[in-house]
Amino acid sequence: MSAPVTGVEVGSAGPERAFGPLTTQMFVRYSGASGDLNPMHYDDVFARKAGYPSVFSQGMHQAALLATFATDWLGAENVRRFHVRFREQVWPGDVLTCSGVVAAIQESAEGRLATVDLTCTRQDGSVAISGSADFLVG
Amino acid sequence: MTTGGSEAGPAYEVLIERGKIREFATAMQSESPAYEGESAVIPPTFLTTAARWAPAGARADTGFERARLLHGEQEFVFHGPPPRAGQRLWATERIVDRSEKSGRRGGLMRLAVVLTEFRDDDGTLVAEARSTLIERAKPTEQPS
Repeated sequence: MSAPVTGVEVGSAGPERAFGPLTTQMFVRYSGASGDLNPMHYDDVFARKAGYPSVFSQGMHQAALLATFATDWLGAENVRRFHVRFREQVWPGDVLTCSGVVAAIQESAEGRLATVDLTCTRQDGSVAISGSADFLVG
Repeated sequence: MTTGGSEAGPAYEVLIERGKIREFATAMQSESPAYEGESAVIPPTFLTTAARWAPAGARADTGFERARLLHGEQEFVFHGPPPRAGQRLWATERIVDRSEKSGRRGGLMRLAVVLTEFRDDDGTLVAEARSTLIERAKPTEQPS
């Protein structure tokens, strides 16, 4: 059990983390783990028939990578809210960079609660996912 | 236009399993020890796996056409520490909001917010999942 992270103030940023280049195997692994077996994310023939250049990643896969970044920074036990908005599609070969910054801190019944703005960016600078989360901090 | 939601479906059992947490943590490329061991905590988006526990008829049905379905937003709220391996939860799903918007290329786009509540054996609310689902507008037919 990890204690809340101390020294967190408005403007504090977490250590950025890059994921990738992403592979179809990663999409398959997420399909199995999540139980979402939509073939659009691992069957190239199916995806091309639907008009896409190839398979593409699940939005919830990127959300999970962003969650890895956020919980490595502020602790998995301390999360109280995690919100994501899906923006851009993510393709095999993409490299995603996850980053976050503390936007606000308030007192809650459990102690100091930090609201962090989260971003998952593709290698061309486009935002694949934007998010916001609340974590207890020390 | 915003309209009301649906009645909650029947509660279904969700067991938080250590092996499933480990599998999910691997898929999210995490090496955090928090997701390992007997009292592994769940990752923030892990409750997306809970739907696999739902028996037929327990899931909220938006009625949206699958080919036009998009996942717009997703939120998880934890009312205290997130659940751990070995815990049993009871999930209920319902639609809490519906709205319609004009699509950018004409036609009507529909939105629905599905709320899943996770309670413990005592009925205490432990976590909530909120999914915003979008049905894209049908392509408008060109006059011939």
